Amino acid sequence: MTANVFRAERIGKSYPGVRANDDVSFAVAAGEIHALLGENGAGKSTLVKMIYGLVRPDDGRMWLGDDPHAPTDPRAARAAGVAMVFQHFSLFDALTVAENIALGMENPPPRRKLAARITQVSHDFGLPLNPGRRIVTLSAGERQRVEIIRCLLQNPRLLIMDEPTSVLTPQEAELLFATLRKLAAAGTAILYISHKLEEIRAHCDCATILRHGKVVDSCDPRAQSARELAAMMVGGEMRVIDRSGRQAGDVLLKVEGLSQPAPSAEGMRLKRVSLTLRAGEILGIGGVAGNGQEELLAALSGEVRSTPGTIALEGRDLSSKGPEPRRVAGLLAAPEDRLGHAAVPDFSLTENTLLTAGARKALVRGGLIDHAGARTYAEAVIRDFDVRTPGPGTAARALSGGNLQKFVVGREVMQDPRVLVVNQPTWGVDAGAAAAVRQSLLDLARRGAGVIVISQDLDELLELSDRFCALNEGRLSDPVPTAGLTLDRIGLMLGGAHGMEEARA
Amino acid sequence: MIQLVPRQGVSNGWQIATPLLAVLATMVAGGILFAIIGYDPVAAIRTIFWDPLFGPAASYSRPQLLVKAAPLILIASGLAVGFRAGIWNIGAEGQYIIGGITGAAVALALYPLEAWWLFPVMVLAGLAGGWAWGMIPALLRNWFGASEILVSLMLVYVAQRIAAWMAFGPMRNPEGMGFPGSRNLQQYPSAANPELLTGTGAHWGVVAAALAVLATWFLMSRHIRGFHLRAAGIAPRAARFAGVNPQTLVAFCLGLSGALAGAAGLFEVSGPAGQVTAQLGVGYGFTAIIVAFLGRLHPVGILLAGLLLALTYIGGELAQLTMALPAATVQVFQGMLLFFLLGFDLLTRFQIRRSIAA
Repeated sequence: MTANVFRAERIGKSYPGVRANDDVSFAVAAGEIHALLGENGAGKSTLVKMIYGLVRPDDGRMWLGDDPHAPTDPRAARAAGVAMVFQHFSLFDALTVAENIALGMENPPPRRKLAARITQVSHDFGLPLNPGRRIVTLSAGERQRVEIIRCLLQNPRLLIMDEPTSVLTPQEAELLFATLRKLAAAGTAILYISHKLEEIRAHCDCATILRHGKVVDSCDPRAQSARELAAMMVGGEMRVIDRSGRQAGDVLLKVEGLSQPAPSAEGMRLKRVSLTLRAGEILGIGGVAGNGQEELLAALSGEVRSTPGTIALEGRDLSSKGPEPRRVAGLLAAPEDRLGHAAVPDFSLTENTLLTAGARKALVRGGLIDHAGARTYAEAVIRDFDVRTPGPGTAARALSGGNLQKFVVGREVMQDPRVLVVNQPTWGVDAGAAAAVRQSLLDLARRGAGVIVISQDLDELLELSDRFCALNEGRLSDPVPTAGLTLDRIGLMLGGAHGMEEARA
Repeated sequence: MIQLVPRQGVSNGWQIATPLLAVLATMVAGGILFAIIGYDPVAAIRTIFWDPLFGPAASYSRPQLLVKAAPLILIASGLAVGFRAGIWNIGAEGQYIIGGITGAAVALALYPLEAWWLFPVMVLAGLAGGWAWGMIPALLRNWFGASEILVSLMLVYVAQRIAAWMAFGPMRNPEGMGFPGSRNLQQYPSAANPELLTGTGAHWGVVAAALAVLATWFLMSRHIRGFHLRAAGIAPRAARFAGVNPQTLVAFCLGLSGALAGAAGLFEVSGPAGQVTAQLGVGYGFTAIIVAFLGRLHPVGILLAGLLLALTYIGGELAQLTMALPAATVQVFQGMLLFFLLGFDLLTRFQIRRSIAA
């Protein structure tokens, strides 16, 4: 029985109005990389929060080794041998690697000793990291290494990783898996949360699949196809994306030599970005977040004006125009951040249509708001995009992420734009809603519009786009046709746009 | 340790209930205060809140209600528009003073000309003066990122000095036998802002306040600009995405609230006050901030809150007269009112939890 490092038995947890976990039982063996698979809202996060002591279960029991595991707070969980790497890092930018790690420790050893240990651990597990560097100079992958080493210094029995590869390039992800493999070989149990099916199939020994808070299946992911895994996760066949019926037409959008200073200290400078988008075409822009994605969207939507002559829609220079004239001209955008950027959280869905659809849908005439018209349009978006909500009077913040995303994309798509720019269209959206959003973008392109999809999800970009370019440190690479493009090659493109030539050779 | 924890779901009923509770709490706390300093609390509260409307001398004090409420409502209507957008004009008092001076300047320059168009031009001059004084913090914020809160507040003291200079210098009444203060505009028919209906206290400022309530209601609920203002106040990035230029917004809000405060100043100088003096600013600009918040930044709420605060002014004066209550009573009352309102607001949105340190 000691082979199981961790065991959960009939765990249950309720929040007001929702049963987040129900009758969940599973076990993780020593040396095993165990995947926890499920859509957003399936209860994965609640489950690991209970293991890490952030939330207490209502029912059921947990064991760590042979001891009952009922941590009252994360400190107790850590003392018992549970470590967790979160999706969002908690590091101080201005401090060094060693200082950040010392801050997270109960009794940090002297600085020099700690640095030596960090170097030792990073060497043992193949995680190159210099303890004297400041966090601000590190890439996302390197920051994650800091978090992992922080965990490893505690010699955990169980390591929990929450969607660790969402911020990594494919190459960085490979490095991470090599490390996890070494850790597992040393006997650590690893609980790996993800909804990326391919990486789970490639790297995990066992998978527990959650749906609506319950364990629906467990399997050896290596023996299943990605399709089968998805079907278990969603509970039915995945919708097949239909890419047919599109052909590239005339040039709609031309961006030439677009440079933009960084909007803030943390922002990214855009460096001579150029692209061409044709009617009926979907252009995918890949890259790890923070490389200029938000800045590019802001420059295209008109939130930030640019130098004359850099952005033209159907031959008309829009560079110095704000968002409203650009919408009138047919250039629409849907930002990444749904709450607070694409929608006002406290406004109803009806009011949120007025944010962008006032002119094109004639909801505002001569400055006067047509409230009835806005309501009708909100109802149409809700109906056509299958937004699950009690009605158009519901506040945007009351919608789940996926439903609000459907609303935001629907609000733009139904205005029949000439060009639509979307940033991370399915970020944090469950598989069913993501498929619907992607299909709507394809349908829009089929009707002759041009679509730019900015995304971190490479599978999504390969699925949707006709041409692909990488945005790295504010620079946009030359586009390459998506057909025949491999993840490896994309990884090299993301590594640096200037490295393109070697990648091609 | 005591912690504030956000409450789940705040009901709309509290939105209306908290101002009423705040008024009640102010009466109770005020009563306790009066009892401590040796006055009959029940009589004092009755003198302040009841007697001005229904007491023996009500026929004298009742018209005063509109006279005092008009500038409060006029100023608060403008301030509330800015507050909704997250732009904090704290210096309406200064814009009020400057509007009064620029409006009076037109009349004093043209004295003794009699013409029907004189008063309308004075109103425009008052609006322009307040607008210009409000544009100073707006431009400083847009150009240099200076806090409009501090700049607009500081400019109140500058405006007060200007008022004193005008009263003792350029605007002093040449026939005033050396006393400071301008000519009395009430005695200059074309420039006067008279009581329109005898016994009501209603002058042109009351008409303007009513129009301001209607216009701001229309702006905030029917016009896309009001929609953008509200969006900017709670989600600035979303407003930018919608096409709102933050700099235009700052200029609009400070300009509008400044212009309305300036108009209020003009109506006061040409009406109840009658002349430009060093004491032109009597605190309406500051009290209007309380009115705006007590009225939930909503035009109808502001109307009611303006009347209530006007009542405390009149009642306070009455209590000074009949009960010899200290003159600071009114300020204490108004301060308590804002304090209780903010306190109750906090408690409707958060709950206090006592946590035991581990």
